[in-house]
Order: sequence, then structure tokens, then C-alpha cells
Amino acid sequence: MIRQPIHRRIDPKRRANLDHKKQQFATPTYKQQEYPNRLNFYDVPPTAEITLEQFEQWAIDRLKGMMLIAKTILVTNSRIIVLAEIETCSYRNKTPEETEAHINPLLQKNLPLFANTSSAAGASDQKLKDERQKDHYSHFILRLAFSATEDLQRRFVRAETMLFKFRFQKDDSRERRAFIESLNLDWQAVGEDERLELGDSLLNATPGGRRLDRLDEEPWYKVDWERVPELVERRAVYLKKGKAYVPAREQLSVILAEFTARLERALKLTSRALPRLDEDDRLTPILNHLSKNFGSAESVYSEDEGVIEGAPITAASIDHLSQHFPLCMRSLHTTLRKNGHLKHFGRLQYTLFLKGIGLSLEDCLIFWRQAFRGYTDDEFNSKLRYNVRHAYGDVGGDANRRGRGYPPYSCQRILNDTGPGTGQTHGCPYRHFSVDNLISLLQSTGVHDKDVLRGVREDVEKTRYHIACNRVFEWANKADIKRVKEDGTWSQSDLDTIVHPNTYFKRSYLLKNLGNPPKDEK
Amino acid sequence: MPHSVSSNDLPEQDGDDILPDAPPAEIASDSGKEESDVENRKMGIKLEDMFSDDEEDQDFPHSNVNIESSPPPDAVPTSVPTPSKIDTDAMLAFYQRLFPFRSIFQWLNHGIIPSSDFRNREFALTLQNDAYLRYQSYATADQFSKEILKINPSRFEIGPEYNANPRDRKTLRGGQLKPVSKELVFDIDLTDYDDVRTCCAKANICEKCWAFVTMAIEVVDTALRDDFGFEHIMWVYSGRRGAHAWVCDQRARQLPDDRRRAIASYLEIVRGGDKSGKRVNLKRPLHPHISRSLDILKPYFARTTLVDQDAFLSSEQAERLLALLPDKTLNDALRKKWESAPDRPSASKWTDIDALAKAGISSTLNPTALKDAKLDIVLEYTYPRLDSEVSKKMIHLLKSPFVVHPGTGRVCVPIDGRHPEEFNPLTVPTVTELLSEIDAWDANQHSQNVPADAMDGEGSIANDSDARGARKLQDFEKTSLKPYIDRFRSFIAGLIKAEKSNKRERGEEETASGPDAMEF
Repeated sequence: MIRQPIHRRIDPKRRANLDHKKQQFATPTYKQQEYPNRLNFYDVPPTAEITLEQFEQWAIDRLKGMMLIAKTILVTNSRIIVLAEIETCSYRNKTPEETEAHINPLLQKNLPLFANTSSAAGASDQKLKDERQKDHYSHFILRLAFSATEDLQRRFVRAETMLFKFRFQKDDSRERRAFIESLNLDWQAVGEDERLELGDSLLNATPGGRRLDRLDEEPWYKVDWERVPELVERRAVYLKKGKAYVPAREQLSVILAEFTARLERALKLTSRALPRLDEDDRLTPILNHLSKNFGSAESVYSEDEGVIEGAPITAASIDHLSQHFPLCMRSLHTTLRKNGHLKHFGRLQYTLFLKGIGLSLEDCLIFWRQAFRGYTDDEFNSKLRYNVRHAYGDVGGDANRRGRGYPPYSCQRILNDTGPGTGQTHGCPYRHFSVDNLISLLQSTGVHDKDVLRGVREDVEKTRYHIACNRVFEWANKADIKRVKEDGTWSQSDLDTIVHPNTYFKRSYLLKNLGNPPKDEK
Repeated sequence: MPHSVSSNDLPEQDGDDILPDAPPAEIASDSGKEESDVENRKMGIKLEDMFSDDEEDQDFPHSNVNIESSPPPDAVPTSVPTPSKIDTDAMLAFYQRLFPFRSIFQWLNHGIIPSSDFRNREFALTLQNDAYLRYQSYATADQFSKEILKINPSRFEIGPEYNANPRDRKTLRGGQLKPVSKELVFDIDLTDYDDVRTCCAKANICEKCWAFVTMAIEVVDTALRDDFGFEHIMWVYSGRRGAHAWVCDQRARQLPDDRRRAIASYLEIVRGGDKSGKRVNLKRPLHPHISRSLDILKPYFARTTLVDQDAFLSSEQAERLLALLPDKTLNDALRKKWESAPDRPSASKWTDIDALAKAGISSTLNPTALKDAKLDIVLEYTYPRLDSEVSKKMIHLLKSPFVVHPGTGRVCVPIDGRHPEEFNPLTVPTVTELLSEIDAWDANQHSQNVPADAMDGEGSIANDSDARGARKLQDFEKTSLKPYIDRFRSFIAGLIKAEKSNKRERGEEETASGPDAMEF
């Protein structure tokens, strides 16, 4: 009875599907995967068997690589800047030292992927095959692990795209071309006549077009502009009636968009199939474990981290405490005090920060009520109160999901969000102010040291905004930092580069109040 | 009793469903009409008084929507309801007699037969007590007009079409309600020009500074058509100090957020806030979009910035101009010259730059740098300033065309994108004007003793319904709203036509590319 043939259990009504159902239990016929190219678009899932240990280890190795990328983004502080930098450098056949220095050793160690040329035997070398197989499998394992929530999906797609981009750029041009050809992208070549007709427009629209002056030598392609959003966003491509005119050397953008699009689509499908995996009690714990690891990579900052136990933080003490605020929040505070008003995004950024330092909702409401001095109670209640409560998660949306509102913004978030427009004050002064205005703002907060100011200028020029901010922090807390280093009360990790305004505040506050309250850093 | 529906018989009336084609619920009496005319005039005066102070919603732009993607609240009852500035009765009369429900339906539905394009579309209503009611949706044009009449909102906004009916969102698992399509929208607001306009500030506008909106429309419209290939672009006056663009092409409606962001950023040139210093920083050679925009903007700069706004008149203004020029020696010479002639007009100051440069005052002067800087200045003072947040997200809500701006009473009418310079915001009709136009027309007809007219006032409650009989004027046709509604209708006709041929093409494509659909 137990060994009842499987097909007996099938509902008679669904008998029409019998063949189809049967397939699920049939002996699979595997397609043997070949890896002729170093790069992979991951269109075909792996089908060979691997052991569970391999499963977990490969996935972890890949994750390490990706976490590092995530961290690198954080440290270079802005993905867009990294992208732009990599892009610029690629014209000059140079790779950004920072990214490379960070990622390369790790990739070599955990996820090596060599080009065909690295081996005498070419693509048929067994070592290369193994590498590529590992790359391929680990990718699909993580797909499983990260398809669960949309947030994970988004971050996974981003990190994978970065990884792909990094490798794509390091690939040698011949193999890259072979790889592109294998993709069968639908590109329409721009004819000779049209190219001449567009002439200058084409060259003016495309960075490097003038310098290379290769209008005739290089093939140009017409694609729907939606396929090269990155080029459109930077205004680095010629557009005409919905078509983007892309020179061959800008293929990267197209291919990345394609890579992202395909991966996004595939993850959506995977997420639908995921519930079926629940029955497998071997895989599910591993997958959960993996996605948890990734979860810690980006959100290095936990909600309560900025709160200092026992510190007196009330609406009335903000003015005094603002000496510990990073420049972005100080600038918001000063503007607020000066104008009695802040625009929406400024309020949001500042409210979340205040929440992060431990200001209670009640106090926060008192703070804003007093700050908007030109407003009547009615105006305040109808225009502002709700936003503050919303930021604290007190109102809005689905009560079960809103949790405690939004987390305080990190530097990365502040740097990458839309910068301030006319009359707006949010954002990061190091990034969004002109250098002269930045320097005078710094001076107004008491930074007069010439070396520091010069350093800040240089950092900003190199778009290393967080370094500039940390430079100012270190200068302002020089003596105390020296002390805690010498007496060994703070370890090096307590003095890591600051990448969150709330960390800035907490560290500054603790340094200035050494020995006063019992400190519980970390 | 034409439009002055007294508030106490309101519930009765909408309880009984004013169906577009149903006979009127009330019969007008002549005496009632006269009374209401008097009321009208009174109301007009009252409104005028109220319009003067209305600058506090400058910070409002949809701030309750654009924070992250978490669903904002359904209704936000504010603790102190502020009275609406437009009489609720006038609003109701406007919805009953003038608002083109059926056209709005066709516009969003892309056809006559009700489809999910309309059914799953979110509407967000601002109630008379300023509460905000989100996730409303309507199955048909009739239901749409019925519910709006029932609630009588002070205004309402249009959001995206969702993958399910937004009213059912609570029955869906968390996060299952996804936006699937919305027009690509742009928002131009004159408050963003406060640093380059001198005639008005904040919410106030005049014909002089409206020129900024005109040039913005011209530049953006051209780019959307020539560069991105969009065809169905509708510009709408926002009711006070700006304009909205609705790009309705199917291709535009389906753009995901990152593509919207790409367009917004492509169009954005003036970047940064008050403290950012030079706000136009462009690579050379100039991108064709920018050279073309400059060609459009140069005449405006000469007329608006240099003359109408006289933007470099004061010494602070001139100082800002100098800060944008590259050569110190030249700047010193200019400063000296201008200090000796304090009232020198901006146009002369602008020509002084080239005159002194040519005179060879500075030996360090780089002519190319100066030329580039001057072009950057033209852009900084005239290039469109878009509120890019509005364009970047599909879920962003935008005020519907033809609603009434609660502060000014003006109707959000379409602007002819091909001839934006013909549009004058100060002559846009207000609700009160429109309602008195109907009364005036009716009175006129009455005095001429046209018998059919007695019934006309109520028959046209369904202003969009097919005219019964050969020639029964709908209420909007009696008013200055007519040309605007005509323009809207012809826009919709073009859109629906394109939609039909699109569908046909798509149908063919689907069969042709059958195997390819299995690609992954």
C-alpha cells in the first residue's frame, strides 16, 4: 500500500496533465554545461549534482565577494560616483585603484575566474571549468537565498551587477567580444549615411567622441533608449525620436542593463517557486543563514546604535548637543534656527537623525513646534505634525509593517539621494555645497586649522566626501582620541571610519564626556 | 435652481444618485435663479478677499506621498480642519455642471469600454476638511462622477494604475499591490525660480514671471518629442504658479522608475541649492539637447532676464553674476564700471561683459572660458527647473486636470504645448466666473424667450453625456471653459487612436514572436 504507484494519487480531473506531471519524477536528462566564456549571463540554471558542503561553501565564498563590494560602495561612499569613476577610467584603460585594491584580492581568493588566455589549454582547461562551474552554481544558490523578499532581491541584483561589471571590464577585449556575440543582442547598426548626417550631434553627445574622432572607424548602434538608462541619465548618448545612438565602446551600459533586467525577471520567477522549497529541510536552513549574512552587510547600522544610555536628550538640549552633530545636521540645525523653517526633505533627514540619537517622539514634536516659530498651532498641526509622527512610525501605512518608521539615514543614503534644490538644505554639505561655501560653513563652526581645510578641499575634489567629514571629526576630537588610544580604553574598531551621522554624534559625545557616564560603546 | 445647491439638501440629492442621463432631481424656479445670482456676486467678492493671503502651502508638494514607498495613510484627518477657501456649494455645482468626468475617464481608460486601465487607477481625494483620502478607484465613468459628487472633494489627484483594484489592497498580502503604469509626469513650479525672478516671490505670479514657465514648456516639450519620441504630451496649468506635463504615450506610461529617473536627470541641468555655488556645470562640447535648448532660451534670456526681470540690477545681483564669470581682472573692471553707474540696466551690464573683454582689459582672459561661462549663465537664469521627485516615481500623485485650485479658484486647464506663449494664467477662468457665465447665458436665452431653455439647466447636469436632441448645449459650452475642454477632447481622441493602432500592432507581434516569449 505504501508503495502505491505515484500516478494513482493524481486527481482524476487532472489526468489530462498526466504526462506533464510524470515528467517531474522522471529521471532528468541533464544538459552538460560548457563554459566557453569567462563571463556568464546566468541564463541557464545548473543541473549537475553537487554536495551540500559544496553548496554552502561556494555560496559563502560568493557572498564574501559581494559583501566586500557592498562595503566598498559604502567606503567610496557613493555608488554613482563609483560607477562614473569606473566609467571614466575605462576610457583611459585604467581601473579605479580603490575598487580594484579592495575587491581584487578577495575575488582572487574566494571566487577566482580567469580568462581563457590564462591557460594554455584555453576554455577546456579543467581548472577554468571548475572555477566557472563554481561561479555559476554559487550564483544560482544565492538566487534561491535572495529571492525571498524584494529588498533582498534588489540588493542582490545590484551587487551581482557590480560584480559582473567589474569582471566585464577586466576581461580582455577579445573574450569580451566573443561573449557579447554569444548574447545575441538585438542591435541595429547605424548606416553610413545616417552617421554622416548626424555628424556633430553624435560626437557632441558622446563623451570622448571628439577626442577619439572615430566617427567613421567605430561601429555605432541604434537601440531603444530604455535599454541604456545609465547613458541617458548621464546625458552621455545622442537621442533621436526614442532611439539612443550608442558607439561600440559604450556596450557596457547596454549589457549591464540587460544583465540587470534578466536577473530581475529571473528572481521574480524564483520567488514564486520558492514556497515549494520549504519542504526541503536540508536546503532551507542554509538558505536562511545565507540571506542573513547578506543582511548584515549593508545595514551596518542598527536602529538603536546611536542612542547613548543615560544621556539627557530632550527638546531643550538639542541646541547644546548640536556641537556634536556632523556638518550635515549642524547645517540643518543652523538653518532651522535662522529661518524658523525647513523644507520637507530637510525635516525628514533631521527628524530621523534626532530619532536616532534617542530623542523621544514627544520631545521631537516639542522641538519642531518651537522651531517653526512663525507657525500657528493649527498650521503646525495640519502641515508638520503628521510628518514627524510618520518618521517615528507612529502613524501611516499598515500598523503591522511600519515598525518604528524609517531608520536614520546613513551617509551613503544622504550622498546618493537627490541633492538639495532651491531653498532646500538637506544632503551632505561636503558633496552638495560649493567648496567656498563649504569652507565658510566649516569656519563658522570653528574649524580654522589651515591644514584641515586644505585637506577637506582635496578630499572634496576627489569626491571622497566621507574622508573629509572624518578628517574634521578627527581634528575636532584630536586630544580625546589620542587619550583613548593611549590608555587603551577604545580599540581601533571603535575609531573606524564614520559612515553614519548618528555614529558621528555618538562618538563625539562619548569622547567629550569621557569618564562621565558609563559608556557602552558597541 | 442652477448651481446654488444649499448645503442642507445635499445628502438627499446625492443619495438619489445623479445619473448623468437621469432627469434632474430638482426643477429650477425662476425666482430661485435670481436669488442665486445675487448669492454669486456676493460669493465672488468674498473669494477675492480670501485670495490675497495664500502662500503657506508652498512646501506642500505631495510631501505625504514621496517618503519612501511605504503606503501612506488612507485618510489623514488633521486635528483642526481648516475651512476650504472655495464655497462647497460652488464646488459641487462645478462638479455637477462643468467637470468633464467622461473625458477624464476616456483619457485614463484609453478607450470607451471600461477596462482595468481605469478600474485599477488610484484617485486621492482632498476632502473639504483637508483630510486626505487615498486609494479610491472607480469602475466606470458614471461611478466616478457619482462618487466625486457624493464626496465633493476640494480637489483630487491621480495616481498610478495598480495590478489590482486599489480598494482591495487590504485583502492582498502585504506589498502585493504594485503600480503597473502611470503617465510620465513633470512639474514646474515658479517658487523654484525665486532666485532668478525679481517681480514676484513664493506663490505669487504675474505675466512677467510666467514667461519662465512658457520657456520651460517649450524646452521640455521639444526634448520629450524630439529626443524621446513621445507624442501625446499634455500640459496643464496647475491652478496657481506652475504647470504639469502628462506624457500619455503607452511607452511612457509603462516606464519603470529607473527609466523615469534617467529622463528626469537627462533634463536636469540646474543642480544644487542656495549654497551650491555655480549651479550649471556642463561638459564641453555641449550635448545636442543643451545646444538646442540654448537656441530656444537665448531670446527669452534677452527679453525676460535682462529686461523684464532686470536680474542684474542691484549690486548684490551683479555680484552674483560676476561670481559666475571666470576672469578676475575682467570682473574687477566690470565692478568698477558698474559701481560708478548704480542704475545701469541689466541688458547694458550684459553687453559690458563682451565690450570690456574685447577692449583687452584683461591679459589673462580666456575667450573660450568666457563664452562658456556666459552660456552657463543663460542656462542658470532660464533653463527649466523641474521638481524631479515628481517625475521619478510611478506612484507619485498629481493633481487632476480640470480640478479647481483651492487657493485661487482657477481651473487647472490644459495649455497648448505647441504655443505655450499664448497662455495667460491670469485669464484662466475661476469657478465663480464660470458659474456666473452659465447663469448669464441662461438668463440671456431666457430673455430671448427660447422655450427649450427652461429645461436646459438641469439637463446638462450630465455635462458630458451625449446631447439629447439635435442641439442641446452642455453647460460647459456656455462658458469660457469650452476651448479648454475641446482641446482636452481632441488630445484624447489622438491618444485613443494611437492606442488602437498600438493594440493591433501588439496583437500581431505577439503571434509573430510566440516562441521568443519563452526566452528565459
